[in-house]
Amino acid sequence: MSTVESTTYAPPGEAGSPVELEERYKNFIGGDWVAPTTGEYRENPTPSTGEPFCEVAYSGAADIERALDAAHAAKGAWGRRSPSDRAAVLNAVADAIEENLEMLAVAESYENGKPVRETLAADIPLAADHFRYFAGAIRAEEGRISEIDENTYAYHFHEPLGVVGQIIPFNFPLLMAAWKIAPALAAGNCSVIKPASPTPWSILKLMEVIGDIVPAGVINVVNGPGAEIGKALASNKRIAKIGFTGETVTGRLIMSYAAQNIIPSTTELGGKSPNIFFEDVMAADDAFLDKAIEGLVLYAFNKGEVCTCPSRALIQESIYDEFMPRVLARIGAIKQGDPLDRETMIGAQVSTSQLEKIAGYVQIGRDEGAEVLIGGGRPPLNGRLAGGYYFEPTALRGHNKMRVFQEEIFGPVVAVTTFRTEDEALELANDTLYGLGAGVWTRDGSRAFRMGRAIQAGRVWTNCYHQYPAHAAFGGYKASGVGRENHRMMLEHYTQTKCLLVSYDPSALGFF
Amino acid sequence: MSREGAESRPAVTASTEAMEMIHRLGAAHGALAFFQSGGCCNGSSPMCLKQGELPLGPQDLWLGEIAGAPFYIDSEQYERWGKPSLIIEVSPGAAEGFSLEELEGVHFVTRTAP
Repeated sequence: MSTVESTTYAPPGEAGSPVELEERYKNFIGGDWVAPTTGEYRENPTPSTGEPFCEVAYSGAADIERALDAAHAAKGAWGRRSPSDRAAVLNAVADAIEENLEMLAVAESYENGKPVRETLAADIPLAADHFRYFAGAIRAEEGRISEIDENTYAYHFHEPLGVVGQIIPFNFPLLMAAWKIAPALAAGNCSVIKPASPTPWSILKLMEVIGDIVPAGVINVVNGPGAEIGKALASNKRIAKIGFTGETVTGRLIMSYAAQNIIPSTTELGGKSPNIFFEDVMAADDAFLDKAIEGLVLYAFNKGEVCTCPSRALIQESIYDEFMPRVLARIGAIKQGDPLDRETMIGAQVSTSQLEKIAGYVQIGRDEGAEVLIGGGRPPLNGRLAGGYYFEPTALRGHNKMRVFQEEIFGPVVAVTTFRTEDEALELANDTLYGLGAGVWTRDGSRAFRMGRAIQAGRVWTNCYHQYPAHAAFGGYKASGVGRENHRMMLEHYTQTKCLLVSYDPSALGFF
Repeated sequence: MSREGAESRPAVTASTEAMEMIHRLGAAHGALAFFQSGGCCNGSSPMCLKQGELPLGPQDLWLGEIAGAPFYIDSEQYERWGKPSLIIEVSPGAAEGFSLEELEGVHFVTRTAP
């Protein structure tokens, strides 16, 4: 902290900040900091003020080739390391992240605009835990043996794919990187990573911390424009798999490149997640009701820039008039401001284009007749923050056919509507192109189970929301993508199956 | 791929600035095609790609052309949007994803006609 009394961290590079800052950042390739072949760098602004704070490499396709050279040079030795050796490296990465928790939390908050209290409590601890989880998972992994007959056996081995490409989104730059890197490395792969264009830097601070722990070439990070280096990576013949989180058209492109190169892909493409509140949540005014109210307000977590943002709140009509005022009071109590202030609950959107888009959607909502229950505009922030990309936490009331109920806004905007029966709740929940997350709130366990099984989404939070433990599978139904992240099943997404079919029978088959 | 029937108002148009940018990108990259995106992160953005970069599927609805570039949207997505007329504009700030205008430091925006 900059002073004993202050709850606000000094920005990176300023006196008292836990984050050291250089003027310019290169790529991380083969264990070294390597200047981009283009010689170009781009200014990197902080969403909290809109001011640039460093420059980051603006690479070209040749830099992806360099990174792939480094990864291919490393893959043999890394893939042959014993599972316990690889697990030791992953555990050391987790330790290093934890030892630098405050530094990484402040860096992540400053670059992305998310409140530091979220990065301190969620993003960075979860990233460390992800490495520990896969360190454990790989040691418990084993192949299977099939007895075909008494002399013939099929031995199944999990072999690394080799070199994989991974494209990271801007909303959780470090946690989403951990989700992709940890299982890939545990399984014995090397990775070339393309961070999101609005958030190229915090992962470089992570590389400063873990660059000496991970063998050279095992992780490589190249920054630059998606249209050039994202494509150069995703369509490259030298990757054995591509992992992507982002929107649907780029997701289709990724899958199309993968099809052309005959390699696997996993894609996570967002959603419009329903959060359903049955009338029995108000059966008592107790801790559970309080939790449910917070559960609705979680749409503002990470300023709504979450693929699983519970952006459609479906509330049983019989409780709407009592329940909603309590929700609105909770939204009204959200403290918005400097992301580096530990008391701030909602920070700034990641970029001006995101900010414009959110404002555009709120206008679309007004035009199609939605009622603005709270928020709806830019907050009046002064001083340094006046140039930041802030948008008020907003609630719109309307119906499920409106565009604000159908399109992912990726901001702190919840669209609220009511339902009368369980059947209607289910119909509304599934009336969307997407199927990533959903929430169900009820004191009736049987109803929770029925709803959870019937909702077409990969993750149904039941009496909770926005929890992301490493041991729970995450991924989409419908247009929300293909494949899963988290859980040890991820190791299958990052390995190839080798079958050794062995005969111990001395006799010929007898055909020839 | 299917086509919308003849309607009084074009299903997609572009602002003068957007048209200029499309011509500029066309001069640098060759024939272009637009795909309206959906979902995560930059989901409401129109993605400007080289023509042929993304193979067309049966769900891709051709809405029209802007500055000579065909514009497609997922037919179910268009239905859920309420079949509006779209106006493509261009704004400062680099695009995200693989959209070509990122290289010019701008991004296309899809707006709907009132």
